Amino acid sequence: MKYEAIIGLEVHVELATKTKMYCSCTTEFGGDTNNHCCPVCLGLPGSLPVLNKEAVNYAIKAGLALNCTINKETYMARKNYFYPDCPKNYQITQDETPLCTDGYIEVAGEDGEKKIRIHRIHIEEDTGKGFHRVDGSYYDFNRAGVPLIEIVSSPDMRTPQEAKEYLEKLKAILQYVGVSDCKMEEGSLRCDANVSIRPEGSEEFGVKVEIKNMNSFRAVEKAIEYEIKRQIKAVENGEDIVQETRRWDESRLETVSMRSKEHAHDYRYFPDADIISLSVDDEWINRVKESLPELPEQKKTRYVKELGLPEYDAMILTMSKSLAAFFEACVAEGGNPKEVSNWMMGELLRTLNDKMLEIDDVKFRPADLVKLIELINKGTISGTIAKKVFKEMFETGNNPEKIVEEKGMVQVSDEGAIIEIINKVLDENPQSVIDFKNGKTKAMAL
Amino acid sequence: MAVTIKDVEYVAKLARLEFNEQQMQKFTQDLNGILGYVEKLSEVDTEGVEISIHPFPMFNALREDIVRPSLDREEALLNAPEKEDNLFKVPKVIE
Ligand SMILES: [Zn+2]
Repeated sequence: MKYEAIIGLEVHVELATKTKMYCSCTTEFGGDTNNHCCPVCLGLPGSLPVLNKEAVNYAIKAGLALNCTINKETYMARKNYFYPDCPKNYQITQDETPLCTDGYIEVAGEDGEKKIRIHRIHIEEDTGKGFHRVDGSYYDFNRAGVPLIEIVSSPDMRTPQEAKEYLEKLKAILQYVGVSDCKMEEGSLRCDANVSIRPEGSEEFGVKVEIKNMNSFRAVEKAIEYEIKRQIKAVENGEDIVQETRRWDESRLETVSMRSKEHAHDYRYFPDADIISLSVDDEWINRVKESLPELPEQKKTRYVKELGLPEYDAMILTMSKSLAAFFEACVAEGGNPKEVSNWMMGELLRTLNDKMLEIDDVKFRPADLVKLIELINKGTISGTIAKKVFKEMFETGNNPEKIVEEKGMVQVSDEGAIIEIINKVLDENPQSVIDFKNGKTKAMAL
Repeated sequence: MAVTIKDVEYVAKLARLEFNEQQMQKFTQDLNGILGYVEKLSEVDTEGVEISIHPFPMFNALREDIVRPSLDREEALLNAPEKEDNLFKVPKVIE
């Protein structure tokens, strides 16, 4: 039998506010442990949380960029649980009234563009960080209370690749609007996946399994891929899929059971009366709308229509804010959009991929790439030499003119000089000349 | 909807509290008494009435995103029953 996978993603994103969600402690990274804490984020008795206005702004921004409806009246709720990363023994979050609902993201998809619906986005707070040693667990509460949004997708994805595409697009959009830096390795973007399978063509949903602990987009893709295979194998062996939470084990490349449904949490949500309800009117929403920058989709259309880029190139270049910014800086420096795009799509992205680097790691300036293209166009260097110069630029960050000059890479365009070299080579290899005349093309290798 | 001893056991477990059999019995009785009293409220017709979180229709007590000093670390850790390396120490927990 053929099976189809049903995938939904829950993404937590740390908002780029200066202060925490309910207190004025800084959200800055680094420094010593437990030095960004106060009575509110330590959950000391009698302390009163007050909602951060900018965090609400950012959440609305994210909601609008993800095509959501912003709900006019919402309230905060307590999610009760006992775990030492949560000093209050409850997290202040939203339950029945999420700030944003019913949005979507468009991904490329295998059979053309596909809409992945966003079920809800709500605001909440991050937890502290635990370190587990032999003799006990140790906690740093600097991250406790840092503003988060949780973005819950509908179960609209069918393949691990679609899930990865959704995440990439989501990250790009959130970075564009500047609500988060979305660095998965630093924990400012985290993702859990819900996976179930069903016979192809069936309308019913299978029992879903939640997967946690995936630390990169690649890991999300791998974990979902593994989980789908595991579930299909179980069903084919006549076993039941158990509703449970499983943890992705990066070293063993498999998902491992964490807790079953019987041990699922019972959070006993109820409204948090410490925080006055939130009312967002049209004026507020419009103000945020006006502050939205050009989104990837709009940028892509502009690149195709105004700069004449192929659709695919425009999609790749707008995939991240930094990549688009680099491209636009090159064009602003006088670069021809198509030529710049060709170099970025070719040498630049290939080198970044090979070295597992990001565009932000590039040492040379956009103006240097424009200069390199100019050197080719003027005939100073050939395309082949340009690739060598590019490699040097990438490694050292030096400007292309300097590299060409220092390494003596200037293309010889004096015809007399070239003929002289050719004659010299031919004189030194008489056998090859004869071979070539006799039709042996191997001599061309010279 | 009467409260059973099972309900009390469950809620106690959620709250990480431990009681003996006798206390459990007493709580079951007490809670049934309290809930029976509160039950009176369900006589009021609340059809179409919005859930109220606060006694007053107040909205948007919000704070500007401006950093203020946090506690000194020594002060933050002052009440911790156990601490080490400037971290709060608790019995080992791994989920
Ligand atoms: Zn604080």
